Amino acid sequence: MIGKNSVGLIILILSVIISPHIITNDYYLGSLIFTGLNILVCIGLCLLMGYAGQISIGHGAFVAIGAYGAGILTANYGWSPWPAMGCSMLMAVFVAVILGIPALRLKGHYLAMATLGFASIVHVVSVAAVDVTGGPSGIINIPRPDLFGYLLDTDTRYFYFVWAVVIIGVYFAFNLIDSRVGRGLRALHGSEDAAASLGIPVTWYKVQVFILSAVYASFSGSLYACYVNYIDPGPFDVSYSVLLITMVAVGGLHNIWGALTGAVVLSLLPEFLSFISDYLRLFGIRYQQDYNTLVYGMILLFIMLFLPEGIFSGLRGLLDRIFSVFKKSGQASLERESAVPSSGQSSGPSSAGKPLGGLSGHDQ
Amino acid sequence: MNLIDIIQFLFMGIQRGCIYAMVAMGFNMIYNATGIINLAQGEFVVLGGLMMVSLTMTLHLPMVLAFVLTVFFGVAAGILMERLTINPVKQPTVLRLVIITVAVSIITKGGAMIFWGKGSHYMDHFSSAEPLDFYGATILPQTLWIIGILLLVVAAYIFFFNFTMAGKCMRACAINRDAARLAGIDDRKMVMLSFALSAGIGAIAGIIITPVIQMDYGRGAMLGLKGFGAAVLGGLGNSTGAVVAGILLGVLEALGAGYISSHYMDAIALVILLFVLFVRPSGIFGNSEAMRLKEF
Repeated sequence: MIGKNSVGLIILILSVIISPHIITNDYYLGSLIFTGLNILVCIGLCLLMGYAGQISIGHGAFVAIGAYGAGILTANYGWSPWPAMGCSMLMAVFVAVILGIPALRLKGHYLAMATLGFASIVHVVSVAAVDVTGGPSGIINIPRPDLFGYLLDTDTRYFYFVWAVVIIGVYFAFNLIDSRVGRGLRALHGSEDAAASLGIPVTWYKVQVFILSAVYASFSGSLYACYVNYIDPGPFDVSYSVLLITMVAVGGLHNIWGALTGAVVLSLLPEFLSFISDYLRLFGIRYQQDYNTLVYGMILLFIMLFLPEGIFSGLRGLLDRIFSVFKKSGQASLERESAVPSSGQSSGPSSAGKPLGGLSGHDQ
Repeated sequence: MNLIDIIQFLFMGIQRGCIYAMVAMGFNMIYNATGIINLAQGEFVVLGGLMMVSLTMTLHLPMVLAFVLTVFFGVAAGILMERLTINPVKQPTVLRLVIITVAVSIITKGGAMIFWGKGSHYMDHFSSAEPLDFYGATILPQTLWIIGILLLVVAAYIFFFNFTMAGKCMRACAINRDAARLAGIDDRKMVMLSFALSAGIGAIAGIIITPVIQMDYGRGAMLGLKGFGAAVLGGLGNSTGAVVAGILLGVLEALGAGYISSHYMDAIALVILLFVLFVRPSGIFGNSEAMRLKEF
């Protein structure tokens, strides 16, 4: 498992290093920065939803806390960005503890609704508390941070920084999953009672992973605020929390790579759609930005109905099938060459002639 | 604290509360039949409201005809949702069902935005828009319509669940699905019926509230959440509780908006929701003994 993941990590690192050399357009680089920020939230959300099995439709609120924390402390109180980010992270931890301890006793639908309610409350407050958050007009003049004396002022620098954070985040998540805590989380996903009977502190683990996901979200929000230099309540409404769920679910709940894939696909989807809209116009379809919501919903529904494991696992399953067909047909031709008569059993290599459906056992 | 103000806030609260009550009844119906909380419940209200706007303001159909057509439209939307998204799921897990209903709500919202646009829609009141005087406070005739229609819906609800075969079958399914199936009740059909009825109630709620709040495509999430708050407050699955809790929630919200701050109005009902969920998820009318058997 570690081996596979390190291959994935190396590919990720290499593509991050190359990307700014290929993509020189600042606009697209910006989209990739937003993609990285979404991935950061989704890693935490994936740990919470996929591994610990706790749903949250409220993580947009933690992103908002991170963004507003960093924004208010730097722009209004003149803090430098790093302590402001750290402080807003502590704030997110505090809120996660206050919310998590009672909320995580709830299950399924109740937890979904409680977190959704929480996200709405945070949004209402961010609009209404004009003295603190600037209300609907938001906060301006949020400075970019510097790192080891380099001001992260260009998009390329910020890109490298954000994606370095993403890689560290992914690496950390894998370490967590392979640790005692990670195994405990998966155990309580299966059955909380069984996990508790094996001595796993169920409530504490759930709260811990909730806090961790809030930290990921808050850091992403702080980085967002410092990147765009300006925040208002608009991007942090309930539909953002729903979009985050969509990303994790579309990519695949039970795998960090899945969450990453989902975040990449859905973050870049608007760019892709506006790119193909020129071609769609040829067919008489006038695609508008407004249709994005509908497309997100359709994708989410499609994935949940037909690929509940997400596109990452779905694609891997498909690849495995194709590979196994090749392997089987290779083996079958070898068998034919050695002129061994077929044993007539329906299992084993002799089933190679079956259509794809017959091999469905392999994608498990 | 002036008495007239309080009466005024009470009217406002009851008017909103009736809507929360109806949304909560919709939640309960699906919950009882399937154990699902339908996160798209608020979207039914929006669909009902917007459809009614189109029929009365654009097509100029008579109010009663438009009302009936809109309710049919809502019922059709509910059936469509159940047939297309809930029924085909072979291995339902809670997480998957929650996300599916979220997906339906996104699609409905996106579709409504494309079809009806982003603006809010005005609709004529059922009768005069002239406020009536009530001991110094004023009440809109539409509020009386809302209260009256809520009472009718509750009466129909009681009649349906106590005196019709389909209603009794649905109650049987809610109590014990396996036993109901053994008794020859088609439980899958009951699920569809629950979606149809709950969408119908949602559409009625949307129709009657639109003249006072001016419907737009984005209201579904908040209406759904507050309705869920009412359902939980009244004890999930308990419809008498839902009606009382819905009106209570509306009144508390209106008083909060009046005496604390109207900017935080939307947060008040949600804070109550969280408080109830954390402290007493069985609701104020819930029997904690019986509720212990349910999974929260």
